[in-house]
Amino acid sequence: MSSETKQILTTDGIPLEVSLKKAEKKNKIKAFLLVAPLLLFLVITYIFPIGDMFMRSVDDKMITNMLPKTFKAMEKWENLEELPPEEVYRSFYEDYKLLAENQQHGKLGQRLNKEKNGFNTITKKLFRQIKRKKIDESVSIKEQINKLHKRWRNVEYWLAIKRTAPPYTVAKYLKGMDMYFDSDGSITQVEEDRRIHRILWLRTLEIAFFVTLFSFFMGYPIAHLLATLPMKYSNLLMICVLLPFWTSLLVRTASWMILLQQQGLVNDFFVMIGLVGDDNRPEMMYNKVGTYVAMTQILLPFMVLPLYSVMKTISPSLMRAGKSLGGTPFVAFWKVYFPLTIPGIGAGCLLVFILAIGYYITPALVGGASGTLISNQIAFHMKTTLDWSFASAMGLMLLTGVLVIYWIYNKLVGVDNIKLG
Amino acid sequence: MALPSYTETRYRIWHYIYLTICTFVFFFLIAPLFVIFPLSFNAEEFLVFSEGMKNLDPDAFSLRWYKDMIYGTKNPWGLAAKNSFIIAIFATIGSIILGTLAALGLSSRHMPYKGLIMATLISPMIVPLIISGVAIFFFMAKAGLAATHTGIVLAHIILGTPFVVITVTATLSGFDHSVTRAAASLGSNPVNTFMKITLPLILPGVISGGLFAFVTSFDEVVVVLFLAGLENTTIPIQMWTGLREQLSPTILAVATCLILLSTLILISAELLRRRSERLRGINR
Repeated sequence: MSSETKQILTTDGIPLEVSLKKAEKKNKIKAFLLVAPLLLFLVITYIFPIGDMFMRSVDDKMITNMLPKTFKAMEKWENLEELPPEEVYRSFYEDYKLLAENQQHGKLGQRLNKEKNGFNTITKKLFRQIKRKKIDESVSIKEQINKLHKRWRNVEYWLAIKRTAPPYTVAKYLKGMDMYFDSDGSITQVEEDRRIHRILWLRTLEIAFFVTLFSFFMGYPIAHLLATLPMKYSNLLMICVLLPFWTSLLVRTASWMILLQQQGLVNDFFVMIGLVGDDNRPEMMYNKVGTYVAMTQILLPFMVLPLYSVMKTISPSLMRAGKSLGGTPFVAFWKVYFPLTIPGIGAGCLLVFILAIGYYITPALVGGASGTLISNQIAFHMKTTLDWSFASAMGLMLLTGVLVIYWIYNKLVGVDNIKLG
Repeated sequence: MALPSYTETRYRIWHYIYLTICTFVFFFLIAPLFVIFPLSFNAEEFLVFSEGMKNLDPDAFSLRWYKDMIYGTKNPWGLAAKNSFIIAIFATIGSIILGTLAALGLSSRHMPYKGLIMATLISPMIVPLIISGVAIFFFMAKAGLAATHTGIVLAHIILGTPFVVITVTATLSGFDHSVTRAAASLGSNPVNTFMKITLPLILPGVISGGLFAFVTSFDEVVVVLFLAGLENTTIPIQMWTGLREQLSPTILAVATCLILLSTLILISAELLRRRSERLRGINR
């Protein structure tokens, strides 16, 4: 616009551009105010607590707060090959004495023992000396402590204390991957036969993957049938998909528990057709088989519905065109129909996979020991061992995985394109 | 689906294989639900079909488990049902109000950071329930709301709003905004316009979102397991405990009632969906 062009003014003399911007801003604020209550509610009750989970998972302030003077003195401990200077010993003695007066010394001993085995014994020894007032504060504390036990003369133990100084730790995350910090501070894997968490992660991925695969192979044909049948038949068949979708998860799990039990109908059927003998009915529940069967049936509607909503939009004349141009029905399907359904496949598969990876109730009821997933482990640490920081760490590791998948989902189909029912 | 008469034999065979697979899958989806009905009328304590039931002997059937459900000695189901309904109703109301307002804002073309905000609002639906459970538990414990009805209602509002947001934004996508401008130009204030014009048009979406929120709350067990005390037991909690300890026929009686309830909800949801499609069809 050249400077000579006259600016367009509104009736009250304000340039139109300014006036428009003002109105736009007002509309923006209006729209935002409508969203604000829910957004604020979710941020306070949901988003912040997830942040809180993160803080809990890395929190390691306990010792930092217990030995403030020691860690300050340790800053001056330069030659880490040798035992720390007298000042560190004295600060440690003072910190420990204060803890002993407040009955907190036991906690410290246990926590340090986790860092390096053998700490509990030597801190208890120190405690007894302090209680009997055997330590003379006017002479070298270093010598007196060193005399108590040979471990106090070992620099490894002092290095272990030094390692607990930072208020944050990633130890819980390492534990979730079956790793730990060993005595010289490097990351080490636990022994082969104790790698329980890695097995759980792999099993969770495996079950989620196969459940997604089964749901896809079962869901694709029926979604296609539902989308191509005339309305009056497809509405009736749609009930078969929607009724399980609306029915309580626990009800559906209960029905599988009845069907799959040893005297259940599925086993009855196998015996009837002569697949297995009446006296050696296979165990189909409390193992992976039960988890696969029940989870596939429960998650199948989440595969069928997005597939159906995409297939419904594909005009049947496209297939006819493909055939009329000389393709066999198979070629027409593979080259024309299938590529058009890919958005639905992506949506369905990712939805089922995300749901399966966080599954808890069904595996806990029909899974038994070999069917439990990572979610069950999180619940176990929340409710039984009360190791909430570890449960938080595992939860956040799972969440990261899910968010990556969610991000891909968003890129492929967009979250605002999710269709329900 | 009839095949045209010129179809070759091998495609005919394929077609029948395809239909057989479909039949099998439909059977797999729906059949498990129908096992529960007859067994809940079992006169015996075992969860298998007795000889009498197979021969349709009337003596093999009884209503004793339904009686046990209603008049049973310790009767946890009465309290559980009461709690479940109270919690679900309040959670639904809360979800509808918050979710509808947010959807109205999100559908405005002036909304800044639409994608990011939408993703945040939908997140409780995507984040695995176990993680939501842990996070919400930490919040409720700090706020002193653990083991209270209020805490569970708030938790279920968190889980229910995404459904309302999704269904209402979907309804609003076909919404003709010129009708609200017309109302405004005729002198109606925004509140009046909303009540008289917008709300009736988006009502099917609001109600079907509300149904989702209701079912989510009514069926939710993972988060409640973390939050509930003895006083706040709900139907899913009772079922969970029952299924873990011992699968009793009383649970099947409850399950049958729940299936009937979900059938009712399914029918209302379907009717609403059709009504909504009709209404939106007129608007276009």
